Amino acid sequence: MSTAISAHDVAKRYGEVHAVDGAEIEVDGGEFFGVLGPNGAGKTTLLEILEGIRQADRGAISVLGRSPWPRNPELLRRVGVQLQASAFFDRLTAREQLRTFAELYGVGRARADAQLETVGLTDKADTRVEQLSGGQAQRLSIACALVHDPELVFLDEPTAALDPQARRNLWDLLREINTEGRTIVLTTHHMDEAESLCDRVAVMDAGKILTVGSPAALIRQLDLPQQIIVDRRLLDGDAVVSVPGVDSVAADGDSVVLTTRTPAQAISALAGLGALDGVQIRNGTLEDVFLQLTGREYRA
Amino acid sequence: MSGLRSLLVAMWTGFRRDRSALFFTVFFPLMFLVIFGALFRGNPAAKVKLAVVGSDQPALLERAVTQPGFDQVVTIVRADTLESARRRVADGDADALVTQDGNRIAVEYSAASQTTAGMARGVVEQIVQAANLAASGAPPTYTVTERQIEDASLKPIQYLTPGLLGWAIASSGIFGASATLVVWRTKGLLRRLRLSPVRLGDIFGARIVLSLLISLIQMALFLTVATIPFFGLKLVKSWWMAVPVMLAGTLAFLAIGALIGGVAKTQESAQAMAQLVVMPMAFLGGSFFPLDKSPSWMQVVSRAFPLRYLNEGMLDVLGRGKGPTAVVPDLLILLAISVVLGALALRVFRWEK
Ligand SMILES: Nc1ncnc2c1ncn2[C@@H]1O[C@H](COP(=O)(O)OP(=O)(O)OP(=O)(O)O)[C@@H](O)[C@H]1O
Ligand SMILES: [Mg+2]
Repeated sequence: MSTAISAHDVAKRYGEVHAVDGAEIEVDGGEFFGVLGPNGAGKTTLLEILEGIRQADRGAISVLGRSPWPRNPELLRRVGVQLQASAFFDRLTAREQLRTFAELYGVGRARADAQLETVGLTDKADTRVEQLSGGQAQRLSIACALVHDPELVFLDEPTAALDPQARRNLWDLLREINTEGRTIVLTTHHMDEAESLCDRVAVMDAGKILTVGSPAALIRQLDLPQQIIVDRRLLDGDAVVSVPGVDSVAADGDSVVLTTRTPAQAISALAGLGALDGVQIRNGTLEDVFLQLTGREYRA
Repeated sequence: MSGLRSLLVAMWTGFRRDRSALFFTVFFPLMFLVIFGALFRGNPAAKVKLAVVGSDQPALLERAVTQPGFDQVVTIVRADTLESARRRVADGDADALVTQDGNRIAVEYSAASQTTAGMARGVVEQIVQAANLAASGAPPTYTVTERQIEDASLKPIQYLTPGLLGWAIASSGIFGASATLVVWRTKGLLRRLRLSPVRLGDIFGARIVLSLLISLIQMALFLTVATIPFFGLKLVKSWWMAVPVMLAGTLAFLAIGALIGGVAKTQESAQAMAQLVVMPMAFLGGSFFPLDKSPSWMQVVSRAFPLRYLNEGMLDVLGRGKGPTAVVPDLLILLAISVVLGALALRVFRWEK
């Protein structure tokens, strides 16, 4: 598979802030790639450098085999971008916006109208952008990014303002586009989203890429114990001590949470105690990876 | 090309739906034309109103009224009694009272209005002289033939139309272009467009075509209003040469607007800068009063403003009735200004905040 993006030692500074600080990224063609990181980590800055609207202070960058800087209209034809902040033409309806963007790429109206349908905005086609809700505007912005069938798509927090239904719909749409062989790079603060969509993710903080890998591999690397969550009423206080292989026990409302590195052993013991009704087993998640890497404290 | 077209359609649609822009670029200047045009219309040649008393009308006047052309100069105001006739003169309803006693014609007028009284006296004297001449039976020694010659002094509508139109075109060009650039930049639309394959030339090109269209609409409206008989502008000879001058002027103002749009950081500052350029330029460039009648320092200063060349060029063909080549110098100057300032505007252009 060809390389869609390769970026080495990319850096961008704003005064004293090292927004991107020696980032390395390789994205294969057809890959679904996620960039995770707390607010201010430098995700948007990195994406905008790859998109070609920011000039890096240093670094070797190649996007679809070309340099994104200086502006290269031929490259831009093959790339679709949804910026974190949407921007539209004043006083135009959703349909008119999309048709305008489509025509900039030489794409016809029929395709534009179909794209409106794809993001579920057909009933808002004649509404002016100023009157769209935040999530509707975001969907329109995504539609504008996809209208010309780009080979490579950059999406900066595409699901940030979407309701759960619209989020799932967008996931389906993005998976479909990805299956067609298009490369997608997205940033998100939703770990479940990254886990469910991305082939690989990069975790970023303070301008640096801390780790890159498939979500499953990153979770495995973390080597976290598993948690078995049992209904408290089924496991009276003393019985819990008799379960073998349990490292720690914690009460959590109606549940008891057992942490173990030998789940098979623990579960068969729980079965013996008749405590398996409604049992939940929680493996490590990407969220654990994220928190582990970027620090447990919430940082704005 | 498709980039230019799609941006043009988007801009045009946005402009059409922008009520305040429509008001300020189209109706506001037109309103000025209507108001000033009506104010400075000047009185149509007023008739002399002569009061006479009932049936006791002076026979001399009676005969004169039947002569062709007389009714265009004189209106007869009839009163029942001498007193009421005098009152009408005193009230200004009539300019003079004419009575005849045998061969004596008496004219009474009010001192309040010297001009109309003079006119009334003149008319009556003329009638009397003509009657004397006719009574002598001799053919007239001297005759008068009339021909109207071109009036060197401009009628108000003749300088108001090009002047106010020039001002309207300067405002919409400068405000329009600067607003497009600043709003698109501050709203992030320029950076979004930067991610599309559209060329910078298409963005500028679309704005230029839009402005030329708006200017043509403004001009059509202005000329339509100015030529209705009430305002009385007559399109003569090479009036159509005002169109290329006007288009060249639009380009020059667009360049100024684009320059402001490149420098200004916010919409407010862009508006303030545009206002700072447009208002003095309109006053000193001869939009509101003719430069011919202005002090000489102003005629010199006016040369610094592109609007002067637009106003003078349009005035030559819309007001002074000059031939098509009269506007060529103005046209060339405007095009030169457009090229120089346009190149500068491209240099200061920024995609990002
Ligand atoms: N135009 C700018 N001028 C100055 N500093 C900037 C600019 N853009 C971003 N920064 C700084 O660079 C850092 C990285 O910002 P960036 O927008 O890339 O973060 P992010 O990871 O996208 O955050 P978020 O999750 O909130 O979108 C931040 O500290 C931010 O304050
Ligand atoms: Mg961001």
